[in-house]
Amino acid sequence: MKKPYNEVIDVSRDNPHATGMKPMSFVRQVIASCIYPELIDSDKMPLDVRKRAKTLLECIGGSVGCYSDTIGIPIMRDSVSDFLTRRDEGVPSASGKIFITHGSDHGFGLLLTMLVRGDRSPLVGVLTPVPSQDFGNATLVASGATAVPYYLDGQQGWRLHTEELQRALRSAREVCDPIALYVINPGDPTGHVQSRESMEEIIRFVYEEKLLLFANEDHQDILIGEGCMFISYKKVLAEMGSPFSDAVELASIHSASKGFMGEGGLHGGYLELVNFDPSVQIEFDRLISLLVLPIIGQLALEVMLNPLQPGEPSYEHYQEEIQHIRETLVHNVTRAFEVLDSLPGISCEPINGGASMFPRLHLPHTAIHQAKEEQLPDFFYCSRLLEQTGLCVCPGSDLGLPEGTYHIRLCIMTSVDTMEEVLRRLGKFHKQFMKDFS
Amino acid sequence: MSQKEVNGSSHRGKVLTLETMNQNVRQVEYAVRGPMVLRAVQIEEELKKGVKKPFTEVIKANVGDAHAMGQKPITFIRQVLALCAYPALLEDDKFPEDAKLRARRILDGCGGQSIGAYSASQGIECIRKDVASYIEKRDGGIPSNHENIYLSTGASDAIVTMLKLLICGEGRTRTGVMISIPQYPLYSAALTELQGVQINYYLDEDKCWGLDVGELRRSLTAAREHCNPRALCIINPGNPTGQVQSRQCIEDVIRFAKEEGLLLMADEVYQDNVYAEGCVFHSFKKVLFEMGPEFSSVVELVSFHSTSKCYMGECGFRGGYMEVVNLDPEVKAQLTKLVSVRLCSPVSGQALMDVVVNPPQPGEPSYATFTKERAAVLADLAEKAKLTEESFNNVPGFHCNPVQGAMYTFPRITIPQKAIDQAKAAGQAPDQMYCMKLLETTGICLVPGSGFGQREGTFHFRMTILPPKEKLKYVLEKIAEFNAQFLQDYS
Repeated sequence: MKKPYNEVIDVSRDNPHATGMKPMSFVRQVIASCIYPELIDSDKMPLDVRKRAKTLLECIGGSVGCYSDTIGIPIMRDSVSDFLTRRDEGVPSASGKIFITHGSDHGFGLLLTMLVRGDRSPLVGVLTPVPSQDFGNATLVASGATAVPYYLDGQQGWRLHTEELQRALRSAREVCDPIALYVINPGDPTGHVQSRESMEEIIRFVYEEKLLLFANEDHQDILIGEGCMFISYKKVLAEMGSPFSDAVELASIHSASKGFMGEGGLHGGYLELVNFDPSVQIEFDRLISLLVLPIIGQLALEVMLNPLQPGEPSYEHYQEEIQHIRETLVHNVTRAFEVLDSLPGISCEPINGGASMFPRLHLPHTAIHQAKEEQLPDFFYCSRLLEQTGLCVCPGSDLGLPEGTYHIRLCIMTSVDTMEEVLRRLGKFHKQFMKDFS
Repeated sequence: MSQKEVNGSSHRGKVLTLETMNQNVRQVEYAVRGPMVLRAVQIEEELKKGVKKPFTEVIKANVGDAHAMGQKPITFIRQVLALCAYPALLEDDKFPEDAKLRARRILDGCGGQSIGAYSASQGIECIRKDVASYIEKRDGGIPSNHENIYLSTGASDAIVTMLKLLICGEGRTRTGVMISIPQYPLYSAALTELQGVQINYYLDEDKCWGLDVGELRRSLTAAREHCNPRALCIINPGNPTGQVQSRQCIEDVIRFAKEEGLLLMADEVYQDNVYAEGCVFHSFKKVLFEMGPEFSSVVELVSFHSTSKCYMGECGFRGGYMEVVNLDPEVKAQLTKLVSVRLCSPVSGQALMDVVVNPPQPGEPSYATFTKERAAVLADLAEKAKLTEESFNNVPGFHCNPVQGAMYTFPRITIPQKAIDQAKAAGQAPDQMYCMKLLETTGICLVPGSGFGQREGTFHFRMTILPPKEKLKYVLEKIAEFNAQFLQDYS
């Protein structure tokens, strides 16, 4: 079938390897050596690879084919625990409260399963940020919990305002029993990185209103904004001291799917529970006992959390790869801004983290009018974009944004060449679109 | 200690408590990884700390984890997967060409040539095509369409997905699912979590755990009083029972499903594990189609397979698939939607499934080694199956059906009344008490029959036949010794 393009480029979701990012060599070398231990004895692999593979194999019963202990092989949990202690500069982490998962979506799904109460009225509610991939996402819908939207402030870099949380909570209480607040930091697609003050406000809010706090911190590894820092909710909570630090029930989610690893397909992640009722944790164990987690994903996670040290043979190359990824991301953002912000009818906010850009579309009335006959205006835009150029981006309406503002989300974890091509197609299409509907 | 005491001065209760959480989760029980295993792990810790015991190691004969028990992985499989994990190895001439060919094919199906990219939720298309070809070849040419194949995270994931699709209704119209007793407890656990109604049909221990349509009918009729039975699950070869159903039996089940309007769920993960003379694996799909269009165009069948068992034993990879046959197209669209809700199954597991369905062929460099390794694994299991049956049938009070297939034995044991009474007084199932004592005395971890279901008044345990031969002999001896002592102590 003839089309004006040879292949579809899909940047509608965060799938770095599919869009040209390369896996980290050390991670893959270790995994390959665990899969085929003959490589451990050959000198084809660097020494640190062989050492790491050997240690990991010993801890997983000698073969990547074994079932892993269902809450994650103990060494994995210890690695997570050590990583968290290092990351949070001393805030202790007991490995008993860590659960290894398939990834962040899976972790979120497990938490939801623990909350829901079947069809018993009132349904359980979770305050969920808009825009986000999780709002209206099927994990949430399928769980039986009610997603209560709270709107991030598009005029102020997509920050959270406590007033908005309060509004959302009040309206939620009329239709369900709100029990948890879900935050994503760094934000996706918003690219917003929360300040400590903002995080403290959130913690105070959940404490006052007696809500669980679920924090998806999947994008913590790579920040773009100048001077931007990631602080974990766990750290902020601990540093706030009593009464918050021993009362707020916090679940933190992370994985090897994002950041410089980008290993979504390998399914390695973790969930940490802080201040949860110990008997509830036992029930969590019971839920997880039905699952078996893929070992390869856990290996990827382990390497991510327990990186190479200076002096080790592969250290420099590993750092170079991370640096290259960081530079690519910064380059992509800069280029995207250059191209898109200069076009009429598109405006971009600066982003500080995450893996997406979320430009706003200022669509002509004609386009909005024509679209409304069949579908939401930004979906209309994205459909035409896909049909005409083979470029797939995500409409803002898919992320929960209400009528009246239109956005597209495009992932920027791509190779430089892919991003050029994305911008070329999008730029060309957009100019034509604005002309056609002027 | 109450929560208040734990929190010190705080009088604040938790938001998420046993009362406010999902009550279905609290009822889930999964015996294979339940209290026996928790105790076994504790004992291992104690041994590590130097606590003296009458044994030096815990032998985990409770879970079907072949590699953990020393079974060797198949070289070809690991070569292909290593190449997929680290494609730079494609330049290494130590890897055979046929492995490289398959790795390249798999990588071509992956986004950006990486197994780290998410794939389409239903699974990588070229792999689903390879699965369909494998099924066609296995079933003597009966067509299989890759659009009917869903790659999953082990078979368990696909089974739970189908149950989610099936379960609906309220009260008397709530979906009922027929499962064989004894059963692999994933089914009962999933039904509990999803609030489906479990309908038990008993396999006949005196007929080598055979399935009898009369029993199916009895069970179904009774169930119709209180629920809406919609599906029938069958595990063939069986877990924990090891029986390989005869072709006649499979036809009977298919006929029954058609008459009663039931969807068939055929769990065939042990399809290569067939040992006994005269036993043959017949896939439900093949039999269905050979019964002619009266059945093959009507009966709704879902078949499951996995990379965790058979000769591969690759539990850690989480590879699996299901094939759906005769599903209503709109239902199938809903299934596809349900599957697309979640991210794809682990890509390394999908890759592994591709190797399993696309093994070396005669003439290819790895063919000889592959065939030899595969045969060795299966022959070893067959030998251990025989050894176990013979050994247990020499233990007074034990009755052990032949292990025709799969990787477990499920002998009936005798528990004296005194022991039964003691167990019941302690609120424990008698075979659980037996297994606990066995664990404490010998370090051997089994799963009590009560975890799988059994006829009232009978007791069993499930043991895997996976430990290496010498260790297995040791285990069999120790169990015999323990049993003799147990019978004496409670006479």
